[in-house]
Amino acid sequence: MKILQRLDIEPIFLPNQTCCGQPLFNSGFKNQAKLIATEFLKTFGVNDYPIVSPSGSCVDMVVHHYHELFPAGTPEHDLCKDITSRTYEFSQFLVNFIKITDLGASFPHKVTYHPSCHLLRGLGVNQEVYQLLNGVRNLQLIPLPEAETCCGFGGVFSVVYPDVSRKMMNNKIKNILSTDVEYVIANDAGCLMNISGGLSKAGSSVKAIHLIEVLASTGGDQ
Amino acid sequence: MTDRTPNYIHFSDYTKHIPENIPVAVQQATNRFLGNREARVAELPNWQELRQVAHEIRLHTLENLDFYLTQLERQVVQNGGVVHWAANSAEARAIVIDIATQHQVKTVVKAKSMASEEIGLNEGLSEAGIQSFETDLGEFIIQLAGVGPSHIIVPAVHLKKEEIANLFANKLGVEAPPEPVQLTAIARNILREKFLKAEMGISGANFLIAETGTLVIVTNEGNGRMCTTMPDIHVAVVGIDKVVPDWDSLTVLLKLLARSATGQKLSTYTSFISATSRGSSEGGPKEFHLILLDNGRTRILHDPLGRETLKCIRCGCCLNVCPVYKNVGGYAYGWFISGPIGAIFTPQILGTHIAQELPFASSLCGACVDVCPVKVPITEILLHLRQRVVEGNQHVKPSAPLWIRSAGKIGTLAFQIPWLYQLGTRLLPFLTAPLNKRGWIPSLPPPFNRWTRVRPFPAFSARFRKWWSK
Repeated sequence: MKILQRLDIEPIFLPNQTCCGQPLFNSGFKNQAKLIATEFLKTFGVNDYPIVSPSGSCVDMVVHHYHELFPAGTPEHDLCKDITSRTYEFSQFLVNFIKITDLGASFPHKVTYHPSCHLLRGLGVNQEVYQLLNGVRNLQLIPLPEAETCCGFGGVFSVVYPDVSRKMMNNKIKNILSTDVEYVIANDAGCLMNISGGLSKAGSSVKAIHLIEVLASTGGDQ
Repeated sequence: MTDRTPNYIHFSDYTKHIPENIPVAVQQATNRFLGNREARVAELPNWQELRQVAHEIRLHTLENLDFYLTQLERQVVQNGGVVHWAANSAEARAIVIDIATQHQVKTVVKAKSMASEEIGLNEGLSEAGIQSFETDLGEFIIQLAGVGPSHIIVPAVHLKKEEIANLFANKLGVEAPPEPVQLTAIARNILREKFLKAEMGISGANFLIAETGTLVIVTNEGNGRMCTTMPDIHVAVVGIDKVVPDWDSLTVLLKLLARSATGQKLSTYTSFISATSRGSSEGGPKEFHLILLDNGRTRILHDPLGRETLKCIRCGCCLNVCPVYKNVGGYAYGWFISGPIGAIFTPQILGTHIAQELPFASSLCGACVDVCPVKVPITEILLHLRQRVVEGNQHVKPSAPLWIRSAGKIGTLAFQIPWLYQLGTRLLPFLTAPLNKRGWIPSLPPPFNRWTRVRPFPAFSARFRKWWSK
């Protein structure tokens, strides 16, 4: 919100919004997900403003999977096309839509970046994040080894196969710790929940934070 | 008939206790392949175009499979071969055993073939009293160990050289130092004698060229050539999905195959077998039999999305990049084919009632989709199969337990009705307050403990809406 206000953009929060339906869709409940997606379309159909989300995988769901739920010929198809065409992940919105990479932020810390799978491979957003990070003053960005390997979250996967998820998470934590940073940045609620939990379990003081928190910062410690 | 076709695949149980050395050995090999692959791909500026063309060739062939299979059959027969059609594993095994019995075959040498693993051919031959010897080094090793392949192209990838040396010492009664060159020499000595003795050679094929009836075999060890030329009878067991229209199509696929698999430009040997021996002056087998295996493939063809599974050219690259496969190895997938391609192939061939756990054995990270040389939409098909498991379709009943299916419906209500959702977000912080330890919930009751067993859950807070309304 701070960032948007700094850019003179008025954010609107529609109180009826809940979820895009991805957790159900990815668990195989396609028909159930469609019910939630219908609500989503109804909620966001009330105006024609850009829809911005801080989570890559949610945007990937809307942009890449909604058309499967509302194919040509269904009554919601046109609304679906309209909504998917104006849904953006936050960094995508800033760099590609607003066309800004320097937000006047300052973050005097050593950080590394974990590109979340759905942001990187689903939406193809990667350079945008580095452009935004380059615009942050006093920030020291350390490359993350095996950065593009999944952190082991995977939504329903993490609870269906916790033992496999743990192995993947531990690899990610090991790589993060090897960079000796204070913060690891990611743009997805799921990855952040998994990585921050993993860091806490490992007793590490490294914090997992969202890119937005970095961009909103203007100097001192968080 | 005993074969390795499972009655149920317990991915969950298996992955609870993965021997520690498996991910170590698997990652060592797969990372080497990936590094080589990256270098080879960088050399070809038109890599993405090649993938697109390959995708189109494969899909076109599958959509016209009846035409190309008929053309292939005609050409093979014209070249002097015999074509057999096998609807399933049992039929395919019976055809091989029949040919062997007719010719009083006692010993068979085998080139590496995933189709023969699929049908459990070694077990079938052994029950019929026919000795069969795997001649690919990796297959030789796993045959000694009495297990199936744990990777499509490197079947013994899960074993370290020390384990192989122990296996050789125990099973072959030889002194075996843990050195690859010496271990290979031991295998080579044993296999030489089998090649000379065998009356029949069995192979698979990487491709079948419809326009000329040619069998294409890609190997690195030369054993494929020996199996298909030394014995008097050559039998090839090949899935019907392996057909390509013509040599032009083949060149595209060959460019992609070895580069994606091991990071080689071409494998050491690429063999083209078009005809049987034309007389005493020419070497080679006197008889050639091609067994075309369906085993559920035509059923997959009916499903427009599932069909794309059959585009696969078995390079194994999706295994090499998969963070799940690299941490659990191939045996977790319960059948001869593992990794992401196994997770979509097996449930479609064996049915979701047997393999319902496999479509969920992926974090949907999509790394496999990015590298697949023929663009199999693996994550889309995983989702497609997950739906088949929990919701079923017109042919298949849902196989997921009732409580999971009910949970999905309850979850939907919570997200579908805004006031219920908002009530939930207000109640959860209070309900979970007793569990909250400095912003973390270290443990939750079942089934949520499946998360907290691995890492704590962030404590619920409902500040955003409150903050916004101010």
